Amino acid sequence: MLKRTLLLIVFLILSISLFSENDGLIFLENQTPFEEFAITGKDIPNDGGGGIEIEWSFPDSLDNFFLTVLRKDEAGNNSIVATDLLVSSKQVRDVSSEEDPSRVKDGTKYYYTGILSKKMVDENFLNMLISKENGYSKNGIYIFNNDTFYVTAETDAIISKASWFNLSRIPVVISLILISFVFLYYLNLAKSGKELYIRKINGLDAVEEAVGRSTEMGKPIMYILGIGYVTDIPTIAGLTILSRVSKKVAEYETKILVPSYDPVVMTTAQEVVKEAFTEAGRPDLYNKNDIMYITQDQFGYAAGVDGMMMREKPGAVFLQGLFFAESLILAETGHSIGAIQISGTTETAQLPFFVAACDYTLIGEEMMAASVYLQKEPMMLGSIAAEDLLKVFIMVLIIVGFILSIFAYGFNIGIFKNLFDLLVRALQV
Amino acid sequence: MAIATNFWIWIAALLTLAIYSFLYKDNPFYKFAEYLLVGISIGYGVSVYWHNTIITKVYNPLVYDKNFLVLIPLLLGLLMFSRFFKNVSYLSRIPIAFVVGAGTGLSVPSSFEFLFKQVYATMPLKLDFGSLIIVVGVISTLVYFFFSLEHKGFVGRVSRVGITFIMVAFGAAFGYTIMARVSLFIGRIQFLLSDWLGIIK
Repeated sequence: MLKRTLLLIVFLILSISLFSENDGLIFLENQTPFEEFAITGKDIPNDGGGGIEIEWSFPDSLDNFFLTVLRKDEAGNNSIVATDLLVSSKQVRDVSSEEDPSRVKDGTKYYYTGILSKKMVDENFLNMLISKENGYSKNGIYIFNNDTFYVTAETDAIISKASWFNLSRIPVVISLILISFVFLYYLNLAKSGKELYIRKINGLDAVEEAVGRSTEMGKPIMYILGIGYVTDIPTIAGLTILSRVSKKVAEYETKILVPSYDPVVMTTAQEVVKEAFTEAGRPDLYNKNDIMYITQDQFGYAAGVDGMMMREKPGAVFLQGLFFAESLILAETGHSIGAIQISGTTETAQLPFFVAACDYTLIGEEMMAASVYLQKEPMMLGSIAAEDLLKVFIMVLIIVGFILSIFAYGFNIGIFKNLFDLLVRALQV
Repeated sequence: MAIATNFWIWIAALLTLAIYSFLYKDNPFYKFAEYLLVGISIGYGVSVYWHNTIITKVYNPLVYDKNFLVLIPLLLGLLMFSRFFKNVSYLSRIPIAFVVGAGTGLSVPSSFEFLFKQVYATMPLKLDFGSLIIVVGVISTLVYFFFSLEHKGFVGRVSRVGITFIMVAFGAAFGYTIMARVSLFIGRIQFLLSDWLGIIK
């Protein structure tokens, strides 16, 4: 026994003297903290390329250890992917981004190495490891300044590539096709002359009242589209409602002010208002300076619109679009000047403020339906009917899921468990 | 602690007070702070656009990478300026149409994905009272958003349950956000009393 121990000590001393090249660095080649100490990597599936996923599966006892991941490219250039990740995180993605587009290039071979440590990785040690000259890329145990670092072997070559299709979205495309057919069916129905019903939407009947009241008071109308861009659906819905409101404004020969957050939204709003005034037969009343740009700073915009409200004292304020933290500031100012306020947004976090401070609020989808309600065009009514059918489908899906869950978990019946799992998996896109 | 001697702390404090003066009524101090904020943010925005868009996304790819594809969005962007010339101002509708069309189109799959995630989140993964409340809440709220059915009779009763759920959720969200706003206000008061006036530590 003593002989064996002595031999082991001699072997360790020899190893240390053989492999240590720097002061304070000891290297034990091929030593691992446990069996199958390795990291794996693969191209991220269903992406646009430029991404590799690195995974590891270490014993749970190492969950509080840190893992640093290094990358080596075909030319032998080393770089750091991520430092001091908690082992419990199990994976990291090496992805090219807009800020760093050259991180992972498609078609290039990459090799990854992991460094496991109890303490955060030492910067000097890391620099030593990634420097090409030193070439400390061998797997094993490194002892640097009395801290131990376990370095995995390099992964096999991993190549990133772009996918033509995102296969995880197959349920989405199937639903899209089915829903398109439902939409087409209802559109045809509407086209064929069948009268489609749309229920009364509270607040929309007040549009005429608000515009009329402002006209009587000799005050302008203010229409705020929020801080969304023209690509945001609530902003598009807000622009559609703006068209109808502008038409009423032109009919009543009053003035509409549209302070805008985004220059493209402002330009679009100018077009919308101009067209509405022309439709109403009063293009002469249109003044493009009434639709103005404020700023693209959220609270700068809020301050600007608030100041404008206090000075212009509009009789009616419409808040229709995408709103965030500025919603209450705007709605409260509108309330304080005694304007009739009709608001609408899809931002659930802001709706409570509108409900509290405005006279009428279009909640979420009501805002989308508002444009249909105002225009009552058969084609658009068809889309509302199709949407309602989609809602019925969702409700049925939820009820089926609930029933399956009762049988699966309440009565522990295997087949229902399988069916429930199948349903849940299909929903995980 | 003593009153601040740092010039910028004084600027920040006086501007904070100028903005808060709006709570009394519109006044020249508020107007000054408002115009300053709007002006500075526009100036800052222009510089950000210049560096992050014109230089990074147009000039660099075009000059250094010889990527002539960027000429297409550049041309679309330039068409926006056609608004300044009355006889060709209609050309500005092309980039607007492109942006609106692309935005709407791109939002379709993401909206569906969001829908799937919501339905998934509603699925009762364990049987308890909470799951039942979620299922009832979601279904009744969906009924409230039925537009092609009159809200009368059974549908009307269910939709009333739905709007009750919505209002309960709004109440909770309102309280939660007000708490966050109050903490922002406390932060500002702390700045005034501590960093500026040095009354509190």
